[in-house]
Amino acid sequence: MTQVFYSKEHEWVRIERDGLATIGITTHAQNALGDIVFVELPEPGRNVAKDEACAVVESVKAASDVYAPLEGTVVENNNDIIEDPALINKDPEDAGWFFRMRLADPGAVSDLLDKAGYDKFLEGLA
Amino acid sequence: MKTPLDGLHRELGARMVEFAGYEMPLQYAGIIAEHTACREGAALFDVSHMGQAEISDPLAFEALVPGDISGLAPGKQRYTLLLNAAGGILDDLMVANLGSRIQLVLNAGRKHADIAHLTAHGVAVTPHFERGLLALQGPRAAALLPEGAALKFMEAAEFAIGGLSCVVTRSGYTGEDGFEIGCAGADAEPLARLLLSRGAVPAGLGARDSLRLEAGLCLYGNDIDETTNPIAAGLNWAIAKKRREAWNFLGAEPVRAALAQGPAQKLVGIKLQGRAPARSGASIHNASGESVGHVTSGCFSPTLNQPIALGYVRADCAAEHTPLDLIVRDKPLRGSVAALPFVPHRYAR
Repeated sequence: MTQVFYSKEHEWVRIERDGLATIGITTHAQNALGDIVFVELPEPGRNVAKDEACAVVESVKAASDVYAPLEGTVVENNNDIIEDPALINKDPEDAGWFFRMRLADPGAVSDLLDKAGYDKFLEGLA
Repeated sequence: MKTPLDGLHRELGARMVEFAGYEMPLQYAGIIAEHTACREGAALFDVSHMGQAEISDPLAFEALVPGDISGLAPGKQRYTLLLNAAGGILDDLMVANLGSRIQLVLNAGRKHADIAHLTAHGVAVTPHFERGLLALQGPRAAALLPEGAALKFMEAAEFAIGGLSCVVTRSGYTGEDGFEIGCAGADAEPLARLLLSRGAVPAGLGARDSLRLEAGLCLYGNDIDETTNPIAAGLNWAIAKKRREAWNFLGAEPVRAALAQGPAQKLVGIKLQGRAPARSGASIHNASGESVGHVTSGCFSPTLNQPIALGYVRADCAAEHTPLDLIVRDKPLRGSVAALPFVPHRYAR
């Protein structure tokens, strides 16, 4: 069974069976951004530090950085959202994933929130 | 501050943002959906944050603007500029001759300064900032407002809509046919509900900005400000022929000089390749890599499905099709100068 974790920067991290982490932005994040029209993703092979700005999403109105929720090496990015950025609005927590990475420290996921913790964090923002 | 439609915005699920001291709707369903509704149907915008005011002496007012105001016939509307002594733009505004009086519509962020400026120059002006102002825009606007059928583009009249007294002009800020409707603050909500019931789609400031940018219309504070000579902004058409004879308005000499010599910088439209937009502040380089200007407004155009921008460039880089690089996140985005408007105007002339 896969496990999903969340950051306070509104990214989700899904630990896959092969041990890789898939990263995307949450439903809350895409809703706050509005219609997404462009995305720039980190290239495979790039090493990213925790909290490093490594992707950019542009809505009609504004640009926003997306931060790496954990340290690791990017192994793949999602060409589908480059071709069709609106996919991030339509299906943010599945088909609208951003990139996959090999975590430098798989144990570091314990620094992130679980679903219940993230939902509680969102309530605190409201 | 809140407009008279604040409760309605919240009821309609708007995402509210602060703009010029007002809590305004940024979007309801989404910027692209609202933008498309305006290009294909009819959209309703709350623009009550803008300042309505009245003057009675067009000649005194004319000394402060380059437009032909004394020649503005009853029932007609005109765009003009308040200029400072250096020829800089203090505000851009709409002026409508309602017969008994002349109505001004001022930018929200400038309205108090405008009143002070007019008063200081001896122009008697009565602000009516408590009034509501709605913009009904789009190719179906006329079908939704049969009461306004007699008006043509840039005409103004007073009549009732649903029993509510309104000051209506056939104009707007989207490039589409449409109306701007002023009313008493208390009438704004029933009027908005009436227009929504006729099929208008509520639209927020997000769509208003992308629509005006596609239409090549300047936004005060972004594309023009107190340091902008109207000629650099391409507003030559706002300097009335009659006023070019006497040059008897505040700031006339710098405007005359810019017309005679040509401005050092010009506001141009830029279409970008790819999908990444360039925003206000992005540096503009020419093909040899020299910095030749900067972006003042930029967005992703929902109609053209590509990024567009307005920016000032060195006059020798302003010709249509001139290749330019816009620097975003330290990388060049390739683009070229495009004719304005980006999307053709469809006014009911």
